[in-house]
Amino acid sequence: MSQANILRLNQASKGQFIQLTSINLEGVMRRRLLDLGFIPGAVVEVVRKSPLGDPIAFRVSQTTVALRREESSKIGGVLLSHEA
Amino acid sequence: MKREYVIALAGNPNTGKSTLFNALTGLKQHTGNWAGKTVTIAEGTYVHKKNTYRLIDLPGTYSLFSNSTDEEVARNYIVFEQPAVTLVVVDATSLERNLNLALQIIEMTPNVIICINLMDEAEKRGITINENVLTKKLGVPVVKITARSKKGFALLFDTIDRLVSNVIQGTPNVVRYQPEIEEKIAKLEPFVRTVVNDTISARWIALRLLDGDESLLQELMKRWNRGEEEILCPQTEHMVHI
Repeated sequence: MSQANILRLNQASKGQFIQLTSINLEGVMRRRLLDLGFIPGAVVEVVRKSPLGDPIAFRVSQTTVALRREESSKIGGVLLSHEA
Repeated sequence: MKREYVIALAGNPNTGKSTLFNALTGLKQHTGNWAGKTVTIAEGTYVHKKNTYRLIDLPGTYSLFSNSTDEEVARNYIVFEQPAVTLVVVDATSLERNLNLALQIIEMTPNVIICINLMDEAEKRGITINENVLTKKLGVPVVKITARSKKGFALLFDTIDRLVSNVIQGTPNVVRYQPEIEEKIAKLEPFVRTVVNDTISARWIALRLLDGDESLLQELMKRWNRGEEEILCPQTEHMVHI
Protein backbone atom coordinates (compact mmCIF):
# COMPACT_ATOMS: atom_id res chain seq x y z
CA MET A 1 0.00 0.00 0.00
CA SER A 2 1.60 3.24 -1.05
CA GLN A 3 1.69 6.37 1.07
CA ALA A 4 -0.47 8.19 -1.49
CA ASN A 5 -3.46 6.04 -0.61
CA ILE A 6 -3.65 7.37 2.93
CA LEU A 7 -6.19 10.13 3.48
CA ARG A 8 -8.63 11.66 5.88
CA LEU A 9 -12.32 10.99 5.45
CA ASN A 10 -13.12 14.62 4.54
CA GLN A 11 -10.71 14.38 1.58
CA ALA A 12 -12.44 11.40 0.02
CA SER A 13 -14.65 11.68 -3.07
CA LYS A 14 -18.10 10.30 -3.70
CA GLY A 15 -18.08 6.60 -4.51
CA GLN A 16 -14.74 5.89 -2.88
CA PHE A 17 -14.23 3.14 -0.35
CA ILE A 18 -11.91 3.79 2.57
CA GLN A 19 -10.63 1.31 5.10
CA LEU A 20 -10.28 3.13 8.40
CA THR A 21 -6.93 3.16 10.19
CA SER A 22 -7.25 5.87 12.85
CA ILE A 23 -9.94 7.67 14.83
CA ASN A 24 -8.21 10.71 16.33
CA LEU A 25 -11.06 11.83 18.53
CA GLU A 26 -11.54 11.57 22.26
CA GLY A 27 -14.28 11.13 24.78
CA VAL A 28 -17.95 10.89 24.01
CA MET A 29 -17.61 11.63 20.28
CA ARG A 30 -15.02 8.87 19.87
CA ARG A 31 -17.31 6.47 21.70
CA ARG A 32 -20.27 7.51 19.58
CA LEU A 33 -18.37 7.00 16.32
CA LEU A 34 -17.12 3.61 17.45
CA ASP A 35 -20.68 2.64 18.38
CA LEU A 36 -21.87 3.64 14.91
CA GLY A 37 -19.24 1.46 13.25
CA PHE A 38 -16.33 3.86 12.61
CA ILE A 39 -13.82 1.30 13.83
CA PRO A 40 -10.23 0.84 12.61
CA GLY A 41 -10.39 -1.86 9.94
CA ALA A 42 -13.96 -1.07 8.90
CA VAL A 43 -14.63 -0.12 5.28
CA VAL A 44 -16.59 3.09 4.75
CA GLU A 45 -18.15 4.29 1.49
CA VAL A 46 -18.58 7.96 0.60
CA VAL A 47 -22.26 8.09 -0.34
CA ARG A 48 -22.64 11.79 -1.05
CA LYS A 49 -21.18 15.16 -0.33
CA SER A 50 -23.03 18.39 0.40
CA PRO A 51 -22.60 21.17 -2.18
CA LEU A 52 -20.02 22.85 0.00
CA GLY A 53 -18.39 19.57 0.96
CA ASP A 54 -19.65 19.58 4.52
CA PRO A 55 -21.24 17.45 5.86
CA ILE A 56 -20.44 14.20 4.06
CA ALA A 57 -22.61 11.09 4.16
CA PHE A 58 -20.86 7.77 4.71
CA ARG A 59 -22.10 4.24 4.48
CA VAL A 60 -20.85 2.30 7.47
CA SER A 61 -22.01 -1.16 8.54
CA GLN A 62 -25.14 -0.92 6.40
CA THR A 63 -26.24 2.49 7.64
CA THR A 64 -25.74 5.98 6.27
CA VAL A 65 -24.19 8.41 8.73
CA ALA A 66 -23.41 12.07 7.96
CA LEU A 67 -20.36 13.61 9.60
CA ARG A 68 -19.24 17.22 9.83
CA ARG A 69 -15.73 18.12 8.78
CA GLU A 70 -14.85 18.58 12.46
CA GLU A 71 -15.16 14.84 12.89
CA SER A 72 -14.41 13.45 9.42
CA SER A 73 -11.09 15.32 9.27
CA LYS A 74 -9.96 13.40 12.33
CA ILE A 75 -10.65 10.00 10.88
CA GLY A 76 -7.92 8.50 8.72
CA GLY A 77 -7.95 5.59 6.34
CA VAL A 78 -6.56 3.89 3.27
CA LEU A 79 -8.23 4.38 -0.09
CA LEU A 80 -9.31 1.08 -1.55
CA SER A 81 -9.17 0.83 -5.34
CA HIS A 82 -12.73 -0.47 -5.46
CA GLU A 83 -15.32 -2.52 -3.64
CA ALA A 84 -15.78 -3.27 0.01
CA MET B 1 -44.90 -22.54 42.29
CA LYS B 2 -46.00 -19.29 40.71
CA ARG B 3 -43.32 -16.68 40.44
CA GLU B 4 -42.86 -13.30 38.91
CA TYR B 5 -39.79 -12.40 36.88
CA VAL B 6 -38.71 -9.12 35.36
CA ILE B 7 -37.48 -9.24 31.77
CA ALA B 8 -35.83 -6.15 30.28
CA LEU B 9 -35.89 -5.64 26.51
CA ALA B 10 -32.80 -3.90 25.19
CA GLY B 11 -31.60 -3.30 21.65
CA ASN B 12 -30.67 -0.84 18.93
CA PRO B 13 -33.38 1.45 17.57
CA ASN B 14 -35.48 -0.19 14.84
CA THR B 15 -34.79 -3.79 15.74
CA GLY B 16 -38.45 -4.54 16.42
CA LYS B 17 -38.16 -4.32 20.18
CA SER B 18 -41.54 -2.69 20.58
CA THR B 19 -43.09 -5.12 18.08
CA LEU B 20 -41.78 -7.98 20.20
CA PHE B 21 -42.99 -6.27 23.35
CA ASN B 22 -46.50 -5.93 21.92
CA ALA B 23 -46.53 -9.47 20.55
CA LEU B 24 -45.53 -10.89 23.93
CA THR B 25 -47.76 -8.75 26.12
CA GLY B 26 -50.68 -8.10 23.82
CA LEU B 27 -50.39 -4.42 24.61
CA LYS B 28 -51.03 -1.92 21.90
CA GLN B 29 -47.98 0.14 22.59
CA HIS B 30 -47.33 2.36 19.62
CA THR B 31 -44.56 1.19 17.35
CA GLY B 32 -42.96 3.41 14.80
CA ASN B 33 -40.04 3.56 12.46
CA TRP B 34 -37.97 6.41 13.74
CA ALA B 35 -35.10 6.55 16.16
CA GLY B 36 -35.51 7.51 19.78
CA LYS B 37 -39.22 6.79 19.80
CA THR B 38 -39.25 4.86 23.05
CA VAL B 39 -38.46 7.62 25.50
CA THR B 40 -40.35 6.43 28.53
CA ILE B 41 -40.20 2.86 29.74
CA ALA B 42 -43.23 0.79 28.79
CA GLU B 43 -44.29 -2.17 30.89
CA GLY B 44 -46.47 -5.20 30.26
CA THR B 45 -46.86 -8.77 31.42
CA TYR B 46 -47.33 -12.23 30.00
CA VAL B 47 -47.85 -15.60 31.64
CA HIS B 48 -45.93 -18.74 30.68
CA LYS B 49 -46.08 -22.05 32.55
CA LYS B 50 -47.89 -20.31 35.42
CA ASN B 51 -45.07 -17.84 35.92
CA THR B 52 -45.72 -14.17 35.34
CA TYR B 53 -43.16 -12.21 33.35
CA ARG B 54 -43.06 -8.46 33.68
CA LEU B 55 -41.62 -7.02 30.49
CA ILE B 56 -39.78 -3.70 30.51
CA ASP B 57 -39.26 -2.04 27.13
CA LEU B 58 -36.04 -0.04 27.47
CA PRO B 59 -35.20 2.83 25.10
CA GLY B 60 -33.47 1.71 21.90
CA THR B 61 -29.76 2.57 21.90
CA TYR B 62 -26.62 1.73 19.92
CA SER B 63 -24.52 1.78 23.05
CA LEU B 64 -24.75 2.28 26.79
CA PHE B 65 -21.72 4.54 27.10
CA SER B 66 -22.34 7.73 25.14
CA ASN B 67 -24.19 9.36 27.99
CA SER B 68 -27.45 10.36 26.35
CA THR B 69 -30.48 10.20 28.63
CA ASP B 70 -31.81 7.16 26.78
CA GLU B 71 -28.58 5.28 27.28
CA GLU B 72 -28.42 6.20 30.94
CA VAL B 73 -31.98 5.00 31.50
CA ALA B 74 -31.24 1.68 29.82
CA ARG B 75 -27.90 1.21 31.56
CA ASN B 76 -29.25 2.08 35.01
CA TYR B 77 -32.11 -0.33 34.57
CA ILE B 78 -29.92 -3.26 33.57
CA VAL B 79 -27.26 -2.61 36.21
CA PHE B 80 -29.24 -1.42 39.20
CA GLU B 81 -32.71 -2.89 38.81
CA GLN B 82 -31.18 -6.25 37.92
CA PRO B 83 -33.89 -7.87 35.81
CA ALA B 84 -33.96 -11.67 35.86
CA VAL B 85 -33.21 -11.62 32.14
CA THR B 86 -32.07 -8.90 29.78
CA LEU B 87 -33.34 -9.79 26.34
CA VAL B 88 -31.08 -8.14 23.79
CA VAL B 89 -33.03 -7.79 20.55
CA VAL B 90 -30.74 -7.62 17.52
CA ASP B 91 -31.44 -7.04 13.84
CA ALA B 92 -30.59 -10.15 11.81
CA THR B 93 -29.77 -8.03 8.77
CA SER B 94 -27.24 -5.90 10.62
CA LEU B 95 -25.59 -8.16 13.16
CA GLU B 96 -22.20 -6.47 13.24
CA ARG B 97 -23.61 -3.15 14.39
CA ASN B 98 -26.09 -4.76 16.77
CA LEU B 99 -23.62 -7.03 18.51
CA ASN B 100 -21.80 -3.95 19.82
CA LEU B 101 -24.59 -3.37 22.31
CA ALA B 102 -24.93 -7.11 22.98
CA LEU B 103 -21.23 -7.29 23.95
CA GLN B 104 -21.60 -4.29 26.23
CA ILE B 105 -24.54 -5.92 27.99
CA ILE B 106 -22.93 -9.32 28.50
CA GLU B 107 -20.09 -7.44 30.19
CA MET B 108 -22.64 -6.08 32.67
CA THR B 109 -24.64 -9.20 33.49
CA PRO B 110 -24.59 -12.92 32.71
CA ASN B 111 -28.39 -13.07 32.62
CA VAL B 112 -28.71 -12.31 28.95
CA ILE B 113 -30.52 -13.86 26.02
CA ILE B 114 -29.69 -12.63 22.54
CA CYS B 115 -32.82 -12.54 20.45
CA ILE B 116 -32.13 -12.26 16.72
CA ASN B 117 -35.20 -10.60 15.24
CA LEU B 118 -36.24 -9.85 11.66
CA MET B 119 -35.22 -13.33 10.52
CA ASP B 120 -37.80 -13.07 7.71
CA GLU B 121 -35.99 -10.01 6.35
CA ALA B 122 -32.65 -11.74 6.64
CA GLU B 123 -33.90 -14.79 4.75
CA LYS B 124 -35.20 -12.56 1.96
CA ARG B 125 -31.72 -11.14 1.62
CA GLY B 126 -30.11 -14.56 1.64
CA ILE B 127 -28.53 -14.09 5.06
CA THR B 128 -28.21 -17.28 7.10
CA ILE B 129 -27.25 -17.18 10.74
CA ASN B 130 -25.82 -20.05 12.74
CA GLU B 131 -27.15 -19.31 16.21
CA ASN B 132 -25.27 -22.24 17.73
CA VAL B 133 -21.91 -20.78 16.77
CA LEU B 134 -22.99 -17.42 18.18
CA THR B 135 -24.17 -19.04 21.41
CA LYS B 136 -20.79 -20.71 21.79
CA LYS B 137 -18.82 -17.57 21.01
CA LEU B 138 -20.84 -15.27 23.25
CA GLY B 139 -21.50 -17.75 26.07
CA VAL B 140 -25.18 -16.78 26.34
CA PRO B 141 -28.28 -18.29 24.68
CA VAL B 142 -29.09 -17.02 21.19
CA VAL B 143 -32.60 -17.43 19.76
CA LYS B 144 -33.81 -16.58 16.24
CA ILE B 145 -37.29 -15.06 15.91
CA THR B 146 -39.57 -13.04 13.67
CA ALA B 147 -41.60 -10.88 16.05
CA ARG B 148 -44.03 -9.76 13.34
CA SER B 149 -45.28 -13.31 12.70
CA LYS B 150 -44.44 -14.66 16.18
CA LYS B 151 -42.09 -17.21 14.68
CA GLY B 152 -39.62 -18.71 17.14
CA PHE B 153 -41.62 -17.64 20.20
CA ALA B 154 -41.96 -21.17 21.61
CA LEU B 155 -38.19 -21.51 21.82
CA LEU B 156 -37.84 -18.00 23.18
CA PHE B 157 -40.38 -18.63 25.98
CA ASP B 158 -38.65 -21.90 26.76
CA THR B 159 -35.18 -20.33 26.87
CA ILE B 160 -36.39 -17.54 29.18
CA ASP B 161 -38.07 -20.12 31.39
CA ARG B 162 -34.93 -22.23 31.61
CA LEU B 163 -32.71 -19.24 32.35
CA VAL B 164 -34.86 -17.85 35.18
CA SER B 165 -35.24 -21.31 36.74
CA ASN B 166 -31.46 -21.86 36.53
CA VAL B 167 -31.74 -24.92 34.28
CA ILE B 168 -29.28 -23.09 32.06
CA GLN B 169 -26.87 -20.34 33.02
CA GLY B 170 -25.18 -17.68 30.98
CA THR B 171 -21.39 -17.79 31.05
CA PRO B 172 -20.52 -14.74 28.95
CA ASN B 173 -17.22 -14.75 27.10
CA VAL B 174 -16.29 -11.23 28.12
CA VAL B 175 -13.84 -9.18 26.12
CA ARG B 176 -10.22 -9.41 27.30
CA TYR B 177 -8.30 -6.17 26.97
CA GLN B 178 -4.62 -5.31 26.59
CA PRO B 179 -2.39 -6.44 29.50
CA GLU B 180 -2.05 -2.86 30.72
CA ILE B 181 -5.81 -2.48 31.08
CA GLU B 182 -6.28 -5.96 32.53
CA GLU B 183 -3.69 -5.14 35.20
CA LYS B 184 -5.57 -2.02 36.21
CA ILE B 185 -8.86 -3.89 36.26
CA ALA B 186 -7.29 -6.48 38.56
CA LYS B 187 -6.08 -3.70 40.87
CA LEU B 188 -9.44 -1.97 41.04
CA GLU B 189 -11.70 -5.01 41.24
CA PRO B 190 -11.14 -5.92 44.92
CA PHE B 191 -11.94 -2.37 46.03
CA VAL B 192 -15.02 -2.24 43.87
CA ARG B 193 -16.12 -5.61 45.24
CA THR B 194 -16.05 -4.37 48.83
CA VAL B 195 -18.49 -1.66 47.79
CA VAL B 196 -20.89 -3.55 45.54
CA ASN B 197 -20.72 -6.98 47.23
CA ASP B 198 -21.02 -8.95 43.98
CA THR B 199 -24.47 -7.54 43.34
CA ILE B 200 -23.02 -5.79 40.30
CA SER B 201 -20.11 -7.06 38.20
CA ALA B 202 -17.02 -5.57 39.83
CA ARG B 203 -15.06 -6.07 36.63
CA TRP B 204 -17.56 -4.01 34.70
CA ILE B 205 -17.54 -1.16 37.22
CA ALA B 206 -13.72 -1.20 37.27
CA LEU B 207 -13.78 -0.87 33.48
CA ARG B 208 -16.18 2.03 33.60
CA LEU B 209 -14.05 3.77 36.23
CA LEU B 210 -10.97 3.35 34.04
CA ASP B 211 -12.92 4.85 31.16
CA GLY B 212 -13.69 7.87 33.37
CA ASP B 213 -17.44 7.29 33.30
CA GLU B 214 -18.53 10.05 35.65
CA SER B 215 -22.22 9.61 35.10
CA LEU B 216 -21.97 6.04 36.40
CA LEU B 217 -19.88 7.14 39.36
CA GLN B 218 -22.49 9.77 40.23
CA GLU B 219 -25.26 7.23 39.90
CA LEU B 220 -23.39 4.83 42.22
CA MET B 221 -22.86 7.59 44.78
CA LYS B 222 -26.50 8.60 44.64
CA ARG B 223 -27.70 5.06 45.16
CA TRP B 224 -25.36 4.24 47.98
CA ASN B 225 -25.91 7.51 49.79
CA ARG B 226 -29.57 6.63 49.80
CA GLY B 227 -28.78 3.26 51.39
CA GLU B 228 -25.74 2.42 53.43
CA GLU B 229 -23.61 5.51 53.57
CA GLU B 230 -20.74 4.04 55.53
CA ILE B 231 -19.98 1.32 52.98
CA LEU B 232 -18.98 3.65 50.23
CA CYS B 233 -17.00 6.43 51.92
CA PRO B 234 -13.80 4.64 53.04
CA GLN B 235 -13.49 2.82 49.70
CA THR B 236 -13.96 5.79 47.41
CA GLU B 237 -10.66 7.25 48.44
CA HIS B 238 -8.79 4.13 47.34
CA MET B 239 -10.66 4.11 44.09
CA VAL B 240 -9.73 7.67 43.34
CA HIS B 241 -6.04 7.08 43.99
CA ILE B 242 -5.53 4.17 41.63
